Amino acid sequence: MIERTPILNAFTYLIMILGLILILGPFWMIFTASTQSLQEVTAVPFNMTPGGDFLKNVHAAWDRANLGPALLNSLITSLLVMVGKIVLAALSAFAIVYFKSPLRHVFFWMVFMTLMLPLEVRVIPTYNIASDVFEPVRWIIQTITGIELSLQWNLLNSYSGLVLPLIATATGTFLYRQFYMTLPDELAEAAKMDGARPLRFFIDILLPLSRTNMLALATIMFVYAWNQYLWPKLMTTDASYQTAMVAMRALVPSVNSLPEWNVSMAGALIIMLPPLVVVAVLQRWFVRGLVSTEK
Amino acid sequence: MAEIGIKDVRKTYGSTQILHGVDLNFKSGEFVVILGPSGCGKSTLLRMIAGLEEITSGEISIDGKVVNNLEPRDRGCSMVFQNYALYPHMNVAANIGYALKVAGVPRAERDRRIAETAKIVGLEDLLDRKPAQLSGGQRQRVAMGRAIIREPKVFLFDEPLSNLDAKLRVQMRVEIRRLHKRLSATSVFVTHDQVEAMTLADKLIVMNKGHVEQVGTPLEIYHRPRTRFVGTFIGSPAMNFFDTTIAASGDHVLLDGIAQAIDPVLGGKNAGTTVSVGIRPEHCRLVPAGTINSVPANIDFVEELGSGRIVHVEIDGLGFAVSVEEGQFFEQGAVAGLQLPAEHIHLFSLETGLRLDDAPVVMRQSTPKTVAA
Repeated sequence: MIERTPILNAFTYLIMILGLILILGPFWMIFTASTQSLQEVTAVPFNMTPGGDFLKNVHAAWDRANLGPALLNSLITSLLVMVGKIVLAALSAFAIVYFKSPLRHVFFWMVFMTLMLPLEVRVIPTYNIASDVFEPVRWIIQTITGIELSLQWNLLNSYSGLVLPLIATATGTFLYRQFYMTLPDELAEAAKMDGARPLRFFIDILLPLSRTNMLALATIMFVYAWNQYLWPKLMTTDASYQTAMVAMRALVPSVNSLPEWNVSMAGALIIMLPPLVVVAVLQRWFVRGLVSTEK
Repeated sequence: MAEIGIKDVRKTYGSTQILHGVDLNFKSGEFVVILGPSGCGKSTLLRMIAGLEEITSGEISIDGKVVNNLEPRDRGCSMVFQNYALYPHMNVAANIGYALKVAGVPRAERDRRIAETAKIVGLEDLLDRKPAQLSGGQRQRVAMGRAIIREPKVFLFDEPLSNLDAKLRVQMRVEIRRLHKRLSATSVFVTHDQVEAMTLADKLIVMNKGHVEQVGTPLEIYHRPRTRFVGTFIGSPAMNFFDTTIAASGDHVLLDGIAQAIDPVLGGKNAGTTVSVGIRPEHCRLVPAGTINSVPANIDFVEELGSGRIVHVEIDGLGFAVSVEEGQFFEQGAVAGLQLPAEHIHLFSLETGLRLDDAPVVMRQSTPKTVAA
């Protein structure tokens, strides 16, 4: 639709500016609060101009929440989750699209249905499993053979525990499935004629072709993993496995302490930064991967 | 070089049968063209030879070895696809050499063979390009290069020319023929284009609805179509048909009340039966109205071809196309006389569509036009 009238133009700009204020307003508040002193930040009404205490607040937040190790933990788990999700999504979609097994639709819909079961819904059984991974295996072996095994694997307070329950991904599988389905069947057939076995075809042809798709997925999944709060909070009791999101808790003022929102906001700003960088770097690929397929 | 044997091969998808028992033998080094309308099962048959499609029942053998349960990579075939199916992220050299890379051929040897193949298909200067930077004809060459580098026993072509424009198609047709002459591997070429089929084939196979209608050299098939379907499918413009009853005397049929002579021996055997009479446009003759032995025909319209023209005439509601040579002029709306020479008349049974003939048409094995050097 192409229309050129000054009034309509002004109106569309007005809407866009309003939207921008609505989205960026809170961020501006976080930023200004993080630069103010305790007196300024608690003043009513809130002053929207930046103050001069930014570095002091950042320093206080960094020390108080022990952000150094926490950020490292977040980075490690987020990267592992991101890579794990991509590998798993690419492989499971490969199985669903390219192997003509009669059950593939069943599997696809089972994966798809997990979209309706986010971690928050299944957090208690997931915790159960994480605390004793081999419990179902032991139970099956015991009911079948009567042999009781003392096989144990506890995921609590470990990187595997932070990562493994998060790497199954219906969104990623779906995205990869859609991508594979845009590729002509002849590509797989040509590879077959050229003598490539399935895994070879996957590595030589599908993976390089899915580069944009992969980067789009990486962006979403990194941010998703970085923002996890409930799961890391629940399963890490050891402070050395705390992620940044969980560490943030230490900065939120409680009832009897000083309302130091300036320090909280400074901490929030630091924690926000890495996903922001990832999105900024990958956004070009991100949009391309979601919108179209590069041929 | 390999012989291909196809024995009572059938294909069903669920309850629909695609191929109803196909029996064929291709000789070593032969250029075989399978021709038929879309949906006749020709591509399915080709893909079954390649190993991309399962064989429901029957047997396919290459070089005397049954390949039903062999993976495509173990059959020694290579294939050129209709949409080329080049790997979009690899350059021309990598596309051509991929099969060798998979086979684990050392890099130096691979590069040598890529260069050699690129020379054969005329791509030496384009080895660094990606498929997206190539024209249709160049992509076609890459696809062929990819097929020949493996030195296969059998080449399979699945309508490789149908995505090209008319001029390129003619050019590539010549190149495929030349390539075959050079490599002399058994080639199976599937197409729905009768001109491609006629020009390329040593042996032509016409298929329809999952059945083989006729096997023979292009000329045999043109001159003695075994069924009415083959008659309509081969030749452009298509063969003219009309249904009529053979006179009791057996030496003529009536067209608009005027006797048309037919082969008396053949007619005598079928006297009194109703048949389908076919005659090719290029064998009909248009003469001035009132000429003896001609049927008055109204000229509907004239198609100009440059080298000649096609005159569409109408006799009592029945349409005929007639090819006439340059220099003969006919005016739209005028009346002319149509003559049907007896020696060019084909008779087909109305019920079975089979050719009525003295001698049953022998399904002879044709000899290859080219001899392996």
